[in-house]
Amino acid sequence: MDVTEFYQTFFEEAEELLDDMERHLLALDIAAPDRDQLDAIFRAAHSIKGGAGTFGFQALMDTTHHMENLLDRLRRGEITIDAHGVDVLLATRDVLKAQIDAYRNSDLPDADAAAQAGAALARLATGAAPQDEPEATAAPAIELDRAPVVADGERILALRITGVNAAEQDALAEELALFGTVSERQTQEHALELRLQTSEAAEDIESVLCFIIDADQLTITPAPIVEPIAQTAEAATTAAPEAPAAAPERPEPGESASADSAAPVERRAGTDRRAQAGAQEHSSLRVATDKIDAIINLVGELVITQSMLEQTARTAGGAQVESLTEGIAQLQRNARDLQEAVMSIRMVPMDFAFNRFPRLVRDLGHKLDKNVEMETIGGATELDKGLIERIMDPLTHLVRNSLDHGIETHAKRLQAGKPAAGRLTLAARHEGGNILIEIRDDGAGLDRDRILAKARESGLTVSDAMDDSEVWQLIFAPGFSTAAEVTDVSGRGVGMDVVKRNILQLGGHVDLVSQTGVGTTVRIVLPLTLAITDGMTVRVGDEVFILPLAAVVESMRVDEAAARDVGGQGRVINVRGDFLPLVELHRLFDIQGAQTHLSRAIAVVVKSESRHFALVVDELVGQQQVVVKNLETHFRKVRGISAATILGDGKVALILDVRALSRLTPPLGPLSSGNALSSSSNQAVEAVQ
Amino acid sequence: MNQTYQTQESGDREVLVFALGDEEYAVDILKVQEIRSYAGVTRIANVPPFIKGVTNLRGQIVPIVDLRLKFGLGTADYTEHTVVIVLNIGQRVVGAVVDGVSDVIGLSAEQIKAAPDFGTPLATEYLMGLASVEDRMLILIDVDAMMTSREMALVDRAEDAVA
Repeated sequence: MDVTEFYQTFFEEAEELLDDMERHLLALDIAAPDRDQLDAIFRAAHSIKGGAGTFGFQALMDTTHHMENLLDRLRRGEITIDAHGVDVLLATRDVLKAQIDAYRNSDLPDADAAAQAGAALARLATGAAPQDEPEATAAPAIELDRAPVVADGERILALRITGVNAAEQDALAEELALFGTVSERQTQEHALELRLQTSEAAEDIESVLCFIIDADQLTITPAPIVEPIAQTAEAATTAAPEAPAAAPERPEPGESASADSAAPVERRAGTDRRAQAGAQEHSSLRVATDKIDAIINLVGELVITQSMLEQTARTAGGAQVESLTEGIAQLQRNARDLQEAVMSIRMVPMDFAFNRFPRLVRDLGHKLDKNVEMETIGGATELDKGLIERIMDPLTHLVRNSLDHGIETHAKRLQAGKPAAGRLTLAARHEGGNILIEIRDDGAGLDRDRILAKARESGLTVSDAMDDSEVWQLIFAPGFSTAAEVTDVSGRGVGMDVVKRNILQLGGHVDLVSQTGVGTTVRIVLPLTLAITDGMTVRVGDEVFILPLAAVVESMRVDEAAARDVGGQGRVINVRGDFLPLVELHRLFDIQGAQTHLSRAIAVVVKSESRHFALVVDELVGQQQVVVKNLETHFRKVRGISAATILGDGKVALILDVRALSRLTPPLGPLSSGNALSSSSNQAVEAVQ
Repeated sequence: MNQTYQTQESGDREVLVFALGDEEYAVDILKVQEIRSYAGVTRIANVPPFIKGVTNLRGQIVPIVDLRLKFGLGTADYTEHTVVIVLNIGQRVVGAVVDGVSDVIGLSAEQIKAAPDFGTPLATEYLMGLASVEDRMLILIDVDAMMTSREMALVDRAEDAVA
C-alpha cells in the first residue's frame, strides 16, 4: 500500500479538524470551560497527531503532542486556562495549519515556529503543574525515544494494563506479541505488566490496544534499564503507573482513534473487531464534485425516461396496463425522491463560510483594539459548495474592511453615544433565484465629502449633485483605492474594485448602503448555480416559465378597467390604492397564442428589492422545487431570464429574472391613486418590449 | 451513437459529412459529441430566428442552432427525421440542426484545398477549405470559429458587454 495516496485525505481531514478546534476554542468559556469542548479540542489534536504519525510528519506530530499535553491537563482540571492560554492555543493551531500547508507542498515546516509554539505550550502546561513534572511534560516525545535501545533499533517498553481479567490478559499478551518480543510478564489480579521489545512506536501500540481496552487502563513507559540514564530514570519514576496523568505518552480515548491511526493497525493484523471500529468512525465521505454532478445528470435522465414510460403506458391498452401504471407511479415517486436526495449532496450551508469569521474578527479586534461582537443570520441557507469557496476571499476582505475602517474605536464609539462594542452581522438568505449575503456593521459609515474629494484627486469625474448611492459606487472604481492613504478616507478602501470584480465573475453584483455615523451594509447578490429553489410554474401561451417563489407576493384576476395606460408606453394596475406597473410576459417574450385580454389573464404581483410590479400570465400551473441550471454554461445571458431548469418531462423551462424584469418596467416612483396618471405620464418611461 | 468513429484509416483527419440543402458540408469528427433527433427544444425570446432555443442534453442546457436557417439553405421544417449534430466547442456544447448526416470520411492533406473567397454561403473565416472526394465536393467548416463568432450570438462577448 502506498501511503502517499492518503496524504490528500489526511490534509483535508486535518484542516477540518483544525477548523473544529478553532471553533471550540473561540466558544470556550474561560471562567468555566466545558468539558465536552475541551474533549473535542483534545480529540482534534489527537487525531491529527495520529495521522501525522502514520505518515511520518514529525514536526506536526511534535506540535500536536505538546498541544495534547496541555489540553489533557486542562480537561483533567489540573490546570486552568485563561485568555492568554486560548491565544497560545489559537496560535498553535495556526502553526499546525502552516505545517500542514508545508507538508502539502512537500516543503519542510518552519522549525522555529514549531519550537516556539512547543515552548509556549510547555510553559502553560507546567505553569500550574507540580514542580517535579516539568521535564516529563515539556519534552515527553523524546523520553520514550530514550528507552533502552537494543539491536536493530528496537526498544524495550514497560507496559502496565489495569482492569483486565485473566482471559483478557492472555488475549492482550497475544496481541502484543505481534509487535515484538514479550518478556517479564507479570500477572496480578486485575492488572498485567510486561516488557515489550519492539521497533514500533509506543503510540502505535496504544492505538491498537485502544480498540480492546479503555485508554486509561494502559500505561506505557520506557523500561527501567540496564544502564540507567539520569533523565530516563526520572521520566520513568514520574510516569509511574500510580500517576497516569503525568505519563509522557498519554493513553488515548478509544473513540478518538482516527481512521489514520487505524490504518496501520489493519495493515499489521486486522481483525473484524478492529475493522468495525474503524468503519464506525466514518460518518461522512469525500467525493469529487464532478462525480456528484454526473449522478445528478443521470438521475435527471432517469426522471425523463420515467416520464416517457408514463406517456406510453397511458396510451397503451390491454389487461396488464393497470399494474403497469401502478408500477410506473411507484417509479415516479422513487425517482423524485432520488433526485431530491442527490441534489442535496452538493449543497452546503452558508455556515461553512461564516464559521471562519469569528476567529478573524477576534484576532483583528485584538490587533486594532476594538471590541467587536459578531453575529450570523441565516447560516443554514444552502448554496453550492463551489460558490462558497469562491466567495470566501471577497467576504474576508469585506469583513476586514468593516473592522478596520467601519467600526470605530472604543473611545470614539462612546463619544458618539454608541455601545462600546461594535456590531458586525453576517447574514444570508435566498431571494428568488439569488442568494443574498450581507455584511453589516454599526460603524462610522462612509464619508461622502471625503470620497468625493478623493475621487477628484484620482481624476474621476464627479459632481456634488451625485446622489449617495452613486457616490458609494465610487469606492469600487479601480485605482480609486490602491494607495495606502485611501484607508484614511473613512471608507473601505483597498481593493474594493477587486471584490467587485470577483463577484461579477461569479455572475453576481455588489451594492453598498451607508449612513454616516450609523453604519454600512454591503450586499452581495449571487446567482445560485446549482441551487434548488422553490418556483411557481406559470404558463403563457404554450410556454412555461418558472417564477422564483420568494419573489411572489400574491396573484389575482384583474379587471381590464383597473388597468390604465401610462403615457401610451406601459400600463399600471391599481391594487388596493397602489399603482403597480404591468409586465405582460407575452409581449415581452413575443409569445404567440397567449391570453391578451387582461381580464382573462392572471396578474402575479412580485417584488424585487423594494419594488412591486405585476406580471401578466395565462395560468398558474403549480409550485415545485427546481434545480437551477446556468444558462451561460453553453449559451449566453438572456435578458429577463436568470437561469433554466429541467422539468419532469425533460423539457427545459426558463427561470424568470425578477430583478431584471423590474428594470424593464416604467419607473413610477411613489404614487398615490389621486395623482398617479398626471405625474407618471410626464416621466420618461422605458419601453417594455 | 457515442462510439468513436474509426472507419477509415486513410488521410490526416476524419470528418462527418452532412447536408445543408444541395450542398455537402463536413466537420472534424473529433468535434462531434453525438447525433440525436430534434426534440424538446424550448424557445428563447428575442434571439435571432436561427437560434431555435435550448434543450436538455443529459442535464446540460444546450443551445440549438439551425444551420439551414442561418445560411438560408434547404427548407427548415422539423420532422421526426430532423437531425441535430451535437458539437463540442472548447468547454461548450452546441447542437446544430442540419438536413441530414451521410457518412464519415477520412481526408488526406492533399485532398483539402483552400476555400475560394466567394461562392459559398458561409463567410470565409469559418471555412477550413474544400475537399474533393471522388465526384463529391465537401465544404470543411471550422466549427470553433463559426460557433463562437459574433454573428452566431451564442456566446457573451466582451465587446458586447461594453456596448
